[in-house]
Amino acid sequence: MKRKEIMKRYEAKPDNLLYILHDIQDESPYNYVTEEDMEEIADYVGLPYSKVYGTATFYSMISRKPRGKHVVRLCDSPPCHLMGSENILDVLRDLLGIELGKTSPDMLFTLEITSCLGICGVAPAMMIDETVYGNLTAKKIRKIIDDYRGGNV
Amino acid sequence: MKMITKYVLFSIEEDTLMAGARKVKAQFEKVLSEAGLSDEIMVVETGPMGIMGKGVVILVQPDDVYYVNVTIEDAREIVNEHLLKGRPVKRLQFSGKLDQNLISFRETPQDLKNQRRIVLANSGLIDPENIDEYIAVNGYEALGKALTEHKPSEIVDMVKASGLRGRGGAGFPTGLKWSFTAPLEDKPKYIVCNADEGEPGTFKDRLIMEGDPHKLIEGMAIAAYAIGAEMGYIYIRGEYGLSISRTQKAIEDAREYGLLGKDIFGSGFNFDIEIKKGAGAYVCGEETALINSLEGGRGNPRVKPPFPGVKGLWQKPTVVNNVETLSNITSIILNGPEWYKSIGTEKSSGTKVYTILGHVNNPGLVEVEMGTPLRDIIYKYAGGVKGGRFKCALVGGAAGAFLDEEMLDVKMDYDNLGEYKAVLGSGAILVMNDSSCIVDMLRNILFFFKHESCGKCSPCRIGTTQLYAMADRIYHGEGSQEDWEKMLSVSEAMSTTALCALGQSPYLVIHTAAKYFEDEVLEHIRRGVCMSNICKMNR
Repeated sequence: MKRKEIMKRYEAKPDNLLYILHDIQDESPYNYVTEEDMEEIADYVGLPYSKVYGTATFYSMISRKPRGKHVVRLCDSPPCHLMGSENILDVLRDLLGIELGKTSPDMLFTLEITSCLGICGVAPAMMIDETVYGNLTAKKIRKIIDDYRGGNV
Repeated sequence: MKMITKYVLFSIEEDTLMAGARKVKAQFEKVLSEAGLSDEIMVVETGPMGIMGKGVVILVQPDDVYYVNVTIEDAREIVNEHLLKGRPVKRLQFSGKLDQNLISFRETPQDLKNQRRIVLANSGLIDPENIDEYIAVNGYEALGKALTEHKPSEIVDMVKASGLRGRGGAGFPTGLKWSFTAPLEDKPKYIVCNADEGEPGTFKDRLIMEGDPHKLIEGMAIAAYAIGAEMGYIYIRGEYGLSISRTQKAIEDAREYGLLGKDIFGSGFNFDIEIKKGAGAYVCGEETALINSLEGGRGNPRVKPPFPGVKGLWQKPTVVNNVETLSNITSIILNGPEWYKSIGTEKSSGTKVYTILGHVNNPGLVEVEMGTPLRDIIYKYAGGVKGGRFKCALVGGAAGAFLDEEMLDVKMDYDNLGEYKAVLGSGAILVMNDSSCIVDMLRNILFFFKHESCGKCSPCRIGTTQLYAMADRIYHGEGSQEDWEKMLSVSEAMSTTALCALGQSPYLVIHTAAKYFEDEVLEHIRRGVCMSNICKMNR
C-alpha cells in the first residue's frame, strides 16, 4: 500500500511526523490527509493519535478536508493588502465561482488565503500549488486560471 | 579558443523565475550561438541583484549595464545592439539608481574589506549553486581559520567583541547568547538556524539563502564549533522551494569537499547539517515554538525559563540564530571584531538588510550600515514614494510599528528606534502613501495576529480575537469610542501577559497608530467616514 511506502522514506521517530504528513498530502489526489492516514502514521512514529491530530490541525499547509487538484493561495498579509489583494480576491471568487475556503464542485480548485509568502516585491501575489505568481491584475489572473483549466500547466 | 570578453548575468530567484528568467536565458544562449559568440560571451546564472518586481533582470559585465523586464523577444535586440555593436538598449535599461550598498557586481572580492556589504557581499556575484565560486571569494577560509587557529572560547569572545546582535527581530547580543551555552557540559548540543521567515514583508533570509547559501553554512559551522555542537538544523519555511533546494545542494557539496562531516580541516571537529521544512505557522519563528516544531509536534511556544540555550531541542542545550545573523559570522572571523565594531552605530554594529516595499518606485533589498535613516532608504535606494505623498511606513512587519514623517530622519538601529516606541524588527519597511487608510491596515494586521495565534495562552488567544472584532467594527463604521479605548488597553495588557512575542506585538502597531493617526481613527468612529474611501462603511 502506498501509504506505507511513503512512511518508510523516513525513520520511524516522532520528529519525522511533519515530513510524513507533508508527503502523504502531496501524493493524495485531493491534497489532504485522512483519519486513516493519521492513525497509521501515529502507529508508525510511535505517538498517540491525539498528538498526530494536534500537529496536523496546527499547520495551515496541512488539510484534513479534501481539496481541489489545484490549491490557490492568495496572500493577504499587509504588503499585499496595501497593493490591492482584496480586489484580487473578488476576481478569484468570481472566476472560480467559490467562496474562501471552499472547493469547486469539479474538484479542480480550492481557494485559500495565506499569510505572507515572502515575495512582497511583486505584491499582490498568490501561489497555486508550488508555483508563485506576482504583480497580479484581473487580466493576468484570468489567463492563469484559464491555463489551469485548459490543463496547460 | 575560448576568450571571454563579456558576461551576461541572470538574476535567478523566485521573482525572476516567475517572470520566465530560464526561458529568456535559453533564448540568449540560442541567439549567441547563432551569432557565433558562444566562445566570447558567457551566460551565467547568479542570485538576486536587489531589483524587485521588474521581471527578468540581467546584468552585462564589464559594461555594468542592467536590463529589466527582459522578454524572449528582446534577446536578439540586446545581442545585436549591445553585445555585437556596443550600443546598450536604452529602452530596457534600468533607470533606477543602484547605489554601491545595493548588491552589484562592481567591486572585486579583494575590496570587500572596505565595503558596507557583508551579508550580501557575494549575492548576485557568484553562482550560488557552485561551491568553487564561493571558495574563490575566500569561502570557507573563515572556518579553516577558526578551527585551526582559535579555541572555541576565543570565537565566542570575538563575536561578543564584535557587538553583533540577533537579526531576527529582538536584537539580543549573539556572542552573549553563545556564551550561555558554550561552557555547558550537557551533550549533545545543537545549533539551529531560524529560516522560518514569516514576518509579513520580510524576505531577506530567502534572498540570502538563494544568493549565497554557503555563507550561512560556513557561519553555522563556526557557531557550532564555538558552542560545541556537532549537529545543526536549518528550519526553512515550506513555501521557500528555491531556498530549500539551493541550501540542500550547498550542504551536499560542502560534505563532498569535507567541509561538513567528520574531522573538518583535520581539527578533530565533526559537524553536519540537516534541513527541516516548516508547514506554514508564523508562530514557529519564535525560538521555542520552532524547537517544538522541529521535534515534530505543534509549534506552541514554551514557557521560559529554562531558555533554549540550556534546555532546547530534546531538552539539550540549543542555540537558535537567524539566517542573517549567522551570515555575518564569516566576515567577523576574517576581518576581526574591531573591524566589525567600526561599522554601524555604537550599540548596534554592522549592517542591516532591509526589504523595502509597498508604495515605492523600486521595491527591493538593500544592505546598509546600522544607523541609516529611513529617509535615505526610501528616497536614495528605493527611488522615492510612488503614487502620492509619504504617509507612513510600517517598519518591522506586523510585529513592528508605524513611523510617520517626523521619524524619517531618525537613525535606525535597535536602541534609537526603541526610544521612539518602535522596533527595527526583521527589517521589513512597508511604505504607505496618502491614499492608504490606517484603519484598514490595522484591521488587516490584527486579522493576521488572530489567524496566527497558536491558542496556548489566554491573553493572546482571546486578545487577538477581540482586537480584530473591534477593528472590524471601526472599519465598518460601527465602532464606538469605547472600542478604540479598549483596543489600546487590551493590547497593553497583552504586551505584559502574553507568553511569547506574538501576543505582545499588537501593542506596538495599535499604539503607534494612536500616536500618529488617532484623528483618522476617530473620524471613522464619530462621523463614519473613511477619508481614503477604503473602509466599507455600513452606515
